[in-house]
Amino acid sequence: MSGFDTVVKLIYVAAAACFVLGLHLMNAPPTADKGNRLSAAGMLAAVAATIALIANDSAITATGWVVLLVGLLLGSGAGLYMARTVKMTAMPQLVSVFNAVGGGAAALVAVADFIRLSDSVGAGAITPRVNITSALDVAIGAVTFAGSVVAAGKLQGLIPGRPIVFRGSRPLNALLALAVLGGGVYLCAGPHDLWALMLVLAAALVFGVTMVLPIGGADMPVVISLLNAFTGTAVAMAGFVVDSSALIIAGALVGASGGILTKLMADAMNRSLANIIVGGFGTGDSSVAVSAEGFGQIREVSADDAAIQLAYASKVIIVPGYGLAAAQAQHAVRELAQVLEQHGVEVSYAIHPVAGRMPGHMNVLLAEADVPYTQLIPMEEINPEFDRTDVALVIGANDVTNPAARRAGTAISGMPILDVDHARSVIVIKRSMGHGYAGIDNELYADAKTSMFFADAKAGLASLTSAVKALVGSG
Amino acid sequence: MPTGLLTDLTIFVLSLLVGFEVISKVPATLHTPLMSAANSIHGIVLVGAVLIASTAHNTAGYILAFIAAVFAGMNVVGGYAVTDRMLQMFQRRPAKVVKDGEAKDGQS
Repeated sequence: MSGFDTVVKLIYVAAAACFVLGLHLMNAPPTADKGNRLSAAGMLAAVAATIALIANDSAITATGWVVLLVGLLLGSGAGLYMARTVKMTAMPQLVSVFNAVGGGAAALVAVADFIRLSDSVGAGAITPRVNITSALDVAIGAVTFAGSVVAAGKLQGLIPGRPIVFRGSRPLNALLALAVLGGGVYLCAGPHDLWALMLVLAAALVFGVTMVLPIGGADMPVVISLLNAFTGTAVAMAGFVVDSSALIIAGALVGASGGILTKLMADAMNRSLANIIVGGFGTGDSSVAVSAEGFGQIREVSADDAAIQLAYASKVIIVPGYGLAAAQAQHAVRELAQVLEQHGVEVSYAIHPVAGRMPGHMNVLLAEADVPYTQLIPMEEINPEFDRTDVALVIGANDVTNPAARRAGTAISGMPILDVDHARSVIVIKRSMGHGYAGIDNELYADAKTSMFFADAKAGLASLTSAVKALVGSG
Repeated sequence: MPTGLLTDLTIFVLSLLVGFEVISKVPATLHTPLMSAANSIHGIVLVGAVLIASTAHNTAGYILAFIAAVFAGMNVVGGYAVTDRMLQMFQRRPAKVVKDGEAKDGQS
């Protein structure tokens, strides 16, 4: 190893340390942005060192430089543009797109390396190590790429969010999995055959599509986390292929983070990963409007009456769901909370782990609307607080507040819920008596202490805010 | 089993464990920025893209390297930029709230 190589390898070690420390700094909001910048600095160093390395080796052709730099510029420009302009409600799509390109790039690295080796050293001389890791990289990378594109399409509404199940999809999936496995095993057995790798690539691409299509819109937090873990693993495999410890370490870190989040999300829905992947659960995003009749006793409340309850409370917990974000009502809710706080009411927000379309999504949506993160309380911490709460204000959340989850035998049995019904009174802002994702009645609405305020989240909150203002005589 | 593969495997497994250890401490509030940050970190695949560009010498190689460079560049730059944008939202809050809450000094 030349001195130059050693320096580059040392920079990789430093970069890996930056990634780990950067992730470590993310365990508290005040230091999190330093963590991200440290990680970015490590990345810059690693990439710069690699470019210096290939320039020093001078094996790269002039065309190679043009291809690399133009590609890099185009990609970076597009990435920067998307990062600057994306709406926070569309974060899950963006993360999916980045998963797709990361997984795709990892698969391409293996394919290119495979072709190069076939040309240069001849098929016979290639070690099983390259064959095995190439097969894994291409398989995982291609599944991630295709699956993430479909997931992003579903989230963006380009592909229907409801589960798409067609006849024979299960046997087709099994066949595709078999093709991936078969091609992979053939490669691992020794023959360095490009067509076998292409079979793995093609079958994995189709498998990625058919894997995500049957999964419903509200299961997306799990799917995105899973694809994130896949991307990390694919990148680590690419690291095995090109023998770069930087890729292996970074890929493994991402794989671990995706794995943890996948488990957290699946637990928060009380559904096994297998159950989610098999899919077909729920109706997707659109809730069916159901008339209030035949629902048991429900109590309707006007904006003025709801405002009186809120203004004379000493402690209010707001329970936001994805419906709040869908109605773009984050700012409206923050405004109401501020008016209440100025009146001396203690306000906090109860955040269910799966509120939103990706892990922690609701926190970002509220942070964007200037809600202080210290008021965003996770489920386990806030649940005991409901007993001391005067009013729980539920906006756009449904299944995660349904007490039916505590009983056996319902579609959501065993799912951890927010103990909204423990509050002294409950106000629900909702457009209609429509069902949530699970498609069942919410028993909370029929509770004697619950009052329903039928309105669009944004308009309803605005009228509540002005009613409270009129009541307390400020503004 | 060759020692090179064994070393790589050791690195992989240990990194996985370090990842689990570090990331399981991140609070739920930051899970979206965390995933986005993890996303930028897998942009390290750009190093792989640079390496394959350096060995490409025919059309197929150039095309693959080009797409890989576009993908990885998008991943790494977009990932860090959007994570930073999100984390700034978590930065500016506390001071502002104290200012807004009339005469409720010291209360967060």
